[in-house]
Amino acid sequence: MNVRMKKLATALLLAALGISGPALAQLQVTVTSGVTDPIPIAIVPFSRAVPADGGLDVAEVIQRDLESSGRFKGMARTDMLTKPTTFAEVDVAGWKQQRNDYVVVGRVTALASGDLTIESEVVNVLNGLRVAGPRWTGKPAFLRNGSHRIADAIYEKIIGVRGAFATRIAYISVDGQPPKQRFQLIVADADGFNPQVILEKDRPLMSPSWSPDGTMLAYVSFETKVSAVYVQNIYTKQRSRVSARAGINGAPTWSPDGKKLALTLSGSNGNLDIYLLDLTSQQLTRLTDDPGIDTEASFAPDGSAVYFTSDRPGSPQVYRVGLGGNERPKRVTFTGSYNARPRVSPDGKQLAVLTLDEGAYRVALQDLASGTVSVLSKGRQDESPSFAPNGAMVILAGRERGRGVLQTVSIDGQTSLRLNADAGEVREPVWGPYQK
Amino acid sequence: MKLVNAVFVASFMLLAGCKTKPTEAPPPPPTQTDNTGAVDNAAGSVDDTDAAGPSGELLSKRVIYFDFDRADIRADSQSVVAAHAQYLAKNPSQKVRLEGHADERGSREYNIGLGERRGQAVRRAILLQGVAEGQLSTVSYGEERPAVAGSDEQAYALNRRVEIVYLK
Repeated sequence: MNVRMKKLATALLLAALGISGPALAQLQVTVTSGVTDPIPIAIVPFSRAVPADGGLDVAEVIQRDLESSGRFKGMARTDMLTKPTTFAEVDVAGWKQQRNDYVVVGRVTALASGDLTIESEVVNVLNGLRVAGPRWTGKPAFLRNGSHRIADAIYEKIIGVRGAFATRIAYISVDGQPPKQRFQLIVADADGFNPQVILEKDRPLMSPSWSPDGTMLAYVSFETKVSAVYVQNIYTKQRSRVSARAGINGAPTWSPDGKKLALTLSGSNGNLDIYLLDLTSQQLTRLTDDPGIDTEASFAPDGSAVYFTSDRPGSPQVYRVGLGGNERPKRVTFTGSYNARPRVSPDGKQLAVLTLDEGAYRVALQDLASGTVSVLSKGRQDESPSFAPNGAMVILAGRERGRGVLQTVSIDGQTSLRLNADAGEVREPVWGPYQK
Repeated sequence: MKLVNAVFVASFMLLAGCKTKPTEAPPPPPTQTDNTGAVDNAAGSVDDTDAAGPSGELLSKRVIYFDFDRADIRADSQSVVAAHAQYLAKNPSQKVRLEGHADERGSREYNIGLGERRGQAVRRAILLQGVAEGQLSTVSYGEERPAVAGSDEQAYALNRRVEIVYLK
């Protein structure tokens, strides 16, 4: 492993943070174990459009995105002998000699309209061909998003899977000591930049869930001292309360068609079961009926079934119930005494769960066809896994020195990126869908 | 392509919905206000201003603690629960909110369930003494409102609790 490159990558990240300085101010790459054969790639600094680019180092954003996936290893800039910005200037033999597989060059230019354009060229050093030329045009304020989109295109060209760098996450931030705490619902870029407060309350907010089109969040708020489920538009901030029934109103998740919420209701007798709420008609359909705790529903991506936590066998385990009508729930997890909060991968083939592993709460992946389980995270109190829309990464919450932190982990468990909050703690991350 | 998929999924959902015959309608949901956006809790929030409540050696104790993964009332808390139940039976206009809590380990929404289970255990014990159902409401905060910060056994023990909150 190239330790120097890792150090440089971290240094670049910290430098990037100095530029924008948002609420999430500490961001560091931690390679938790050796990455197997990352693809060596040189992202040469792009020519700049000063001052319209606001000082943003586009190539650095792209490099950090690609490295955060664990699939790439960026070349240190100090090792670059030349700094070409066009394909014609690329000395293929020289980059090959320095053991790169790919070189990315590019230019940021200001248009007469005031927009900025990123033009990039991806060169396969092994055969000397220009294999892709992703471009982006947009307002200067969105240059960072444009950089993520270029990274998405490069990732897709080389890996064969769409990148998920130009996506967003939602999470809960908590400040203060109990019982006086302040809760915020926050939406940020997938790399933790540009955090925006959607809602702030002095009573708990929890369980955010994205609508499939990425415009709305459903969540639980205790602002009236009891639980209620709300849905809120993240752009207009307009919100409506969709369930404030007696007892628990919890664990909302959106159906893949965006028309329904699965949620947990208890009634005044305290028996938690899962229901489907049609958001248009307000009609409720009961999905489970068991004296145990049934909660934490998650839809299969094709909308044909719901996975959920139930402690009907005596300890929490994951069950699946088909939505074809009148189906009986079937148990899905059998490894260990605690499996909860299931989330289904975008391809429907894997389940991320919270599992009790050697006395620690960790995130595990279970292959739904074979039943094979692999523990993904390494903390003592990890929770709330959520898949990136391309299925290549999972974001989760953990605790470090008594504080909640967020991290992304590649689904092979080998690369993790940690996002620490300035103050207080962050929890319950949910990865949003692809943006248009 | 994406639109085609969305339409397909949407029509699938509709078909799935149609398959559910009226005779197979699920059991009634927990409240009667299901088509109205369900605001019975909101109405509840009108009269839930916290009050000082009664004093006395047992009645001033308002927190019931629980063992790990348990929802049964411990022997050392029975007399406290009984004292509140007797007070409520004698004061039928007095309402209390039972706030259930869990320690921070495990999944958050499942812990909401565990907190509710504890709140219900206290509710049932109080109801047994002749208190009217309308005097009691429950809420579970799960692990979201710890009494104390900390990730050790001492903190966990103080956070696994039901708080009896007297209302005006």
